[in-house]
Amino acid sequence: MYQFNYERPKTLADAEALLAKADDPKILAGGQTLIPTLKQRLAMPSDLIDIGGIKDLDFIRAEGDAVMIGAATRHAKVAQSADVKKHNPALAALAAGIGDPAVRHMGTLGGSIANNDPAADYPAACLALDAKIHTTKRLIEADEFFKGMFETALQDSEIIKEVTFPHPEKAAYMKFRNPASRYAMVGVFVSKGPWGIRVAVTGAGQNGVFRVAEMEEALAKNWSPDAVANIKVPARGLNADLHGTAEYRAHLVTVMAKRAVAAAG
Amino acid sequence: MSEAAREGIGQPVRRKEDFRFITGNGHYTDDISRPRQTYAYFLRSPHAHARIRAIDTSAAETAPGVVAVFTGRQVADDGLGGLICGWTVTSKDGTPMKVGPHPILALDTVRYVGDHVALVVAETLADARAAAELIEVDYEALPATVALDACQASDAAQVHAEAPRNTCFEWELGNKAETEAAFARAARVVKLDLTNNRLIPNAMEPRAAIGEYDKGSGIYTLHTTSQNPHVARLVLSAFVGVAPEHKLRVIAPDVGGGFGSKIFIYAEETACVWAAAKVGRPIKWTGDRSEAFLSDAHGRDHLSHAELALDPDGKFLGLRVKTVANLGAYLSTFSAAVPTYLYGTLLSGQYDIPAIHVEVDGVYTHTAPVDAYRGAGRPEATYLLERIVETAARETGIDPAEIRRRNFIRSFPHQTPVIMNYDAGDYQASLDAALEEIDYRGFAARKSEAAKRGKLRGIGISSYIEACGLAPSAAVGSLGAGVGLWESAEVRVNPTGNVEVLTGSHSHGQGHETTFAQLVASRLGIPISNVEIVHGDTDKVQFGMGTYGSRSGAVGMSAIDKALDKIEAKAKKIAAHLMEAAVEDITFENGAFTVQGTDKSLVWAEVSLAAYTAHGFPAGEIEPGLKEGAFYDPTNFTFPAGAHICEVEVDPDTGIAEIVKFVAVDDFGTIINPMIVEGQVHGGIAQGIGQALLEHGVYDPTSGQLVTGSYMDYCMPRADDLPSFTLGFTKTICPSNPLGMKGCGEAGAIASPPAVINAVTDALGIRDIEMPATPARIWQALQSAAPRAAAE
Ligand SMILES: Cc1cc2nc3c(=O)[nH]c(=O)nc-3n(C[C@H](O)[C@H](O)[C@H](O)COP(=O)(O)OP(=O)(O)OC[C@H]3O[C@@H](n4cnc5c(N)ncnc54)[C@H](O)[C@@H]3O)c2cc1C
Repeated sequence: MYQFNYERPKTLADAEALLAKADDPKILAGGQTLIPTLKQRLAMPSDLIDIGGIKDLDFIRAEGDAVMIGAATRHAKVAQSADVKKHNPALAALAAGIGDPAVRHMGTLGGSIANNDPAADYPAACLALDAKIHTTKRLIEADEFFKGMFETALQDSEIIKEVTFPHPEKAAYMKFRNPASRYAMVGVFVSKGPWGIRVAVTGAGQNGVFRVAEMEEALAKNWSPDAVANIKVPARGLNADLHGTAEYRAHLVTVMAKRAVAAAG
Repeated sequence: MSEAAREGIGQPVRRKEDFRFITGNGHYTDDISRPRQTYAYFLRSPHAHARIRAIDTSAAETAPGVVAVFTGRQVADDGLGGLICGWTVTSKDGTPMKVGPHPILALDTVRYVGDHVALVVAETLADARAAAELIEVDYEALPATVALDACQASDAAQVHAEAPRNTCFEWELGNKAETEAAFARAARVVKLDLTNNRLIPNAMEPRAAIGEYDKGSGIYTLHTTSQNPHVARLVLSAFVGVAPEHKLRVIAPDVGGGFGSKIFIYAEETACVWAAAKVGRPIKWTGDRSEAFLSDAHGRDHLSHAELALDPDGKFLGLRVKTVANLGAYLSTFSAAVPTYLYGTLLSGQYDIPAIHVEVDGVYTHTAPVDAYRGAGRPEATYLLERIVETAARETGIDPAEIRRRNFIRSFPHQTPVIMNYDAGDYQASLDAALEEIDYRGFAARKSEAAKRGKLRGIGISSYIEACGLAPSAAVGSLGAGVGLWESAEVRVNPTGNVEVLTGSHSHGQGHETTFAQLVASRLGIPISNVEIVHGDTDKVQFGMGTYGSRSGAVGMSAIDKALDKIEAKAKKIAAHLMEAAVEDITFENGAFTVQGTDKSLVWAEVSLAAYTAHGFPAGEIEPGLKEGAFYDPTNFTFPAGAHICEVEVDPDTGIAEIVKFVAVDDFGTIINPMIVEGQVHGGIAQGIGQALLEHGVYDPTSGQLVTGSYMDYCMPRADDLPSFTLGFTKTICPSNPLGMKGCGEAGAIASPPAVINAVTDALGIRDIEMPATPARIWQALQSAAPRAAAE
């Protein structure tokens, strides 16, 4: 690690002020991605603004036809939340399948989507559930938020405050874990709700999470595993590495989609 | 039952050491801090191969907190030697292996990513790291030789000028002419090409060292994560020349796992202890996980071609093997022995194979050194043999269990064509027990039931043998070892009757503090809480050869047993004197000395005290005190053997192979503590399954960068990757040591990989799949197999 200033503001306003003032600040949430990056000396921020002390960012609230989750809410809390389990069990299950217990008790929703790791789980949920991402500056639709590998619509010193997940009628997430990292090698989130039908794929794409229109159309006509069983996403544009070829990932998208539809019922 | 009997040989006593470990009260090297200690950071090569044109350390030297910066130049100027390989292998043409220099810090060339370029010593680790970034190294990057199948090409970049075509040795073993004759008369020849994947050890505790120098006495002290501190001291004094042996103390305190990787003498501890005198302060280095991936000696990494000749009845006539073994960029401490004498000598397995010929080319590549890793050579031999035997069964249509039975060695001693003389075993017994346990006959029904669920079920057998109890000194000496492989023990009885046992073995997870104490409890009739096992300090233990090769039971405990014989003899003499009886009339049982045929008796503590009060000992006949030492040199290797059977179910949609059943039946001879032995088997199987399905050390074939440099890409087995293991034991006593022990530390890692791969290939109906059989590879294999199957 290089040296940096450390701040732990109590309010969002203080956090914003600190961000505005610093040379090259970074927001610190659960630190599960940022701290390893710092330890490996791959980043050299002037200031770390730890948002863990801001009470207003740590909450889960069910209101009307949506669940609101504060950006600094830990994965474990989402996984265990009675509200999330009741209204959006697929989301609770997704959170329960992130990393390991230590990671789930530190990592946060806001940190996960701000980071937009192409193999992260939450981006698939946000995209498939038509989530609304509220920041200190605006509201961003999930469709507009994820811009590519480790890239989002967030501007410098824009803080995610909360994510609103409207209740789905049906939803399920199926994750094929990378054997080593246990991140998603391919994760498919399918949903049916007021937004229609969505199929979002994480892990596979070189540019991060994406939707599969062909599967969405097929499911709109016939909500059943068979409807997607013969739909293949093109291998071009998918990741290929030591853990699997692009063709393998393309194949897994179909398998996981099929299983997700079956699980969603 | 007395307390001593409850804790004696054969009892599943809980490990004494665990309370300290699991409550955080262990003393690992990094837990130890010395007054005025400084911190070391090693600048490592980012290139697989480069010439160092110049190194400028001036900015680093004046950076905050920096105490000193050292490069290879200073090491060389100080006259320090390089690191050595303690085993000389001779090529077929009679020439000794070709050894390139192995400097402690690189001089003009770096040869793998992670190679040591400079040492920064500073007040804090952060200071040292920051200063290291200020060192300017002018590298001229050179092409790297990485791929094992291309490294001997004439145009491959040379790792060492001393070794043309990157070939360190071309070794052979066995009888070529007889083997050729066997193949000439064979009814069938089975051929198989095999890869034994590179593994990265990943002990829980990374390597660490604290070097120290006392100006007053001129004594150096090195705390280090070593499996064999005396050997480290010997190498550092006699070969590297850090300090004379009597001025160097090496302490290996609690060590958190080794698996072989901590046998070796590395650059880091050498540099720390040497530099400590230069800076006049202790220097601590603790490797982090990334450094461990880059610079701990890796394991395995073979390419082999094997051929098995059979007669019309499926009897083996001959085995022919050609192996290319990766040694990495430098020869590590025992690396030359691993793919030769620990590999070729085991190629007869459990089978009566009249003729064997094996050729092994040991080669250099621009990768981390490769050396012994749990099993060391024997997993490679077992994998090759059990894979080709399985293939032979499939090609001949003989049931895999039956083809093994037909070829088992059944009379002992048995001289193999590859040096080893097996002393005892019953291979059929362990195979039969394992077949029974897994319900071999019911497999077909389980397979069709699985098929109904869309799963492909397969079963795989591995009948393994290994050679442990390293090793008769004369034998290894004649084969090129630079050391003898005996073990030492000293038993010190205190006046109050409790006992300290000093052993040359070293425990780094094996539970010696318990097992060794159980032997003492059995012999002396005292509770294990009254026994202290002392190890890992060259100032306390006079000499020892350390722990690896499953040798600490068979060799280390035999030395203790021998010393206990002497203790018992002397104690009887004292008891006889006290009870005014003849020594011949004294019996010693359950901690009591009794004059035969009388009710006269003394307990252990009374005799121990008398040994030190020494009142009225007849002068010249009984010396005061009760302390005895012994060196035990084994007369043969020991030969643990057994059968492991694995059943898998493959999900053809994803390629995931799930191990649904795993049975291991092992013959370890006498078992001191069954609970510890089961733990050793569990750990070994976990590592073997890791090799078979998950783990793979991968370098980029062009750049030589380590692709699997962290757990994000290197897949260590986790608990949920593993099934529940069903263990069983058969027993033939090892005739060559007093306790009848064979060794259990490596068996799981040796036996299990071929069992898993035989099961996976059986499930998929294919000849071979490379380890690790990852979901991606299995899926790929199914894609390639499917059109063929459809066409058939
Ligand atoms: C061993 C391990 C396994 C993991 N496995 C998985 C897995 O299986 N699936 C998965 O999805 N993830 C996985 N993760 C990632 C983990 O889920 C974390 O969620 C993720 O690392 C980021 O969350 P964080 O709270 O730790 O963010 P931090 O590391 O603190 O920050 C990450 C980035 O987000 C920014 N940031 C944080 N909060 C905000 C905010 N409110 N507004 C704007 N920017 C913000 C930071 O500035 C930083 O750039 C794993 C991590 C580890 C270490």
